[in-house]
Amino acid sequence: MNFQTAEELLSLCEAQHIPISKAMLEREKTISHMNEEEILKAMHHAYDIMKNAVSRALNEDLVSMGGLIGGEAKKVYARKDKSACGPLVSKAISYAMGVLEVNTSMGLIVAAPTAGSSGVIPGVFRAIQEENDFSDEQMIGALLNAGAIGYIITRNATVSGAEGGCQAEVGAASAMAASAVCELLGGTPRQCLDAASTALANILGLVCDPVGGLVEAPCQNRNAMGASNALISAEITLAGIKHLVPFDETVEAMYKVGRSMPFELRETALGGLAATKSACQRCQGIF
Amino acid sequence: MKEISIFDVIGPNMIGPSSSHTAGAVRIALLVRKLIQGEIREVKFILYGSFAQTYKGHGTDKALVAGILGMDTEDERIKDAFTYAKEAGLCYTFEPNTIKHTDHPNTVEVIVVDDKGETTSVVGASIGGGNVRIDQINGVDVEFTGEYCTMIIKQQDTPGVVAYITSSLSEYNINIAFMRLYREDKGAFAFTIIETDEHIDERVQDKIREHASILSVRII
Repeated sequence: MNFQTAEELLSLCEAQHIPISKAMLEREKTISHMNEEEILKAMHHAYDIMKNAVSRALNEDLVSMGGLIGGEAKKVYARKDKSACGPLVSKAISYAMGVLEVNTSMGLIVAAPTAGSSGVIPGVFRAIQEENDFSDEQMIGALLNAGAIGYIITRNATVSGAEGGCQAEVGAASAMAASAVCELLGGTPRQCLDAASTALANILGLVCDPVGGLVEAPCQNRNAMGASNALISAEITLAGIKHLVPFDETVEAMYKVGRSMPFELRETALGGLAATKSACQRCQGIF
Repeated sequence: MKEISIFDVIGPNMIGPSSSHTAGAVRIALLVRKLIQGEIREVKFILYGSFAQTYKGHGTDKALVAGILGMDTEDERIKDAFTYAKEAGLCYTFEPNTIKHTDHPNTVEVIVVDDKGETTSVVGASIGGGNVRIDQINGVDVEFTGEYCTMIIKQQDTPGVVAYITSSLSEYNINIAFMRLYREDKGAFAFTIIETDEHIDERVQDKIREHASILSVRII
């Protein structure tokens, strides 16, 4: 089994009455030298790394390479019982921010799809797993679903900030998580793709402007935003609201927007927040 | 084109903060280590483009040393690579070069001296998402990524050597995915780089080494 677009994926799922996660597992068996057991084992390993990263940020004092971030996950987590966002979103954003702290302190993470957006999926996944008592097996299914969305974006557009801005990195992570949450909560493959479209569309046009060229600020907050956006997008879709533009076209739109972004706004730290007076002052003496 | 795996999307599993500046740097240096037969005693890294500008903030320096020490992208010791280098007796230096333009913005030249005093120079580029490409060995332009099982053969540029290599592989029933020959000047030394789907075992390497014009065989 193989597919190159969301349209092909959807017709496979609908013809065979299978969820996106199953289609992605079958595709991986087709294109790799791994059998089902090996694939699932490697997915479990990746999920363990994600869980461990979330836990480290809440239990250790992490210092980032550039010193722009550190300790934020704990602060947000401490407010979870009186949170303005409710416990699920509060946990998701705290965990997402924590993984970025682990990443910037040279800790172990899973680039999903990139290191700069590595907080979104663990944030959403751990929060929803805890709040809904999902098993690890269910979460691995969700990870396969997320992988299908990330694959389609990587194949037909880009997930690189240098090429497409933050909308490509955090946008992709958010779309992946939105689709995964949709499947976890009983959504159809079509709804998963609609949730992914909604998530990507909500972040369309977001530039990549890392202060000091570091994967710290505003990356950490944008991972929190990507996590909450995934939950919002899944919620909108599960309420029965359809997305106007199919996923393949949304991905194409994101790619075209990315290509039309000036060089200064694609990871070069020459524009956006990175070029502000305060950001430049803050970065003096870091290197 | 190689199909995109789910582990390219949910992955790589890596030490942060940057797939191109940290994980890619580990991979380039690890490929260099695998290329060298002897033990590496000294290493100098010449950093170009974005590597030269931001290597400290992304831990590129620690990542490069870690790769030379044999660590992979998942190794949590990368953060303390300088301490491990000291313990291993490895001398390392960094030289940022912001003047010379390279094809890819994230490029590094790795110059190593092994325990026999032999110097090898390798140029590699980190091409995004933790993927890398080796562009040059000892001044000879080459191209391989390390994604496949890769055999690097250094040979005297004489007639019949390539035929000998391919017949040896076919004798052991190994299917070649890609094969390229690179040389600097006619009659001087050349590199044959073979990428295969299957693992190439010791017996094949030994068989290839038997030929008088083969100078070295490395599997990475």
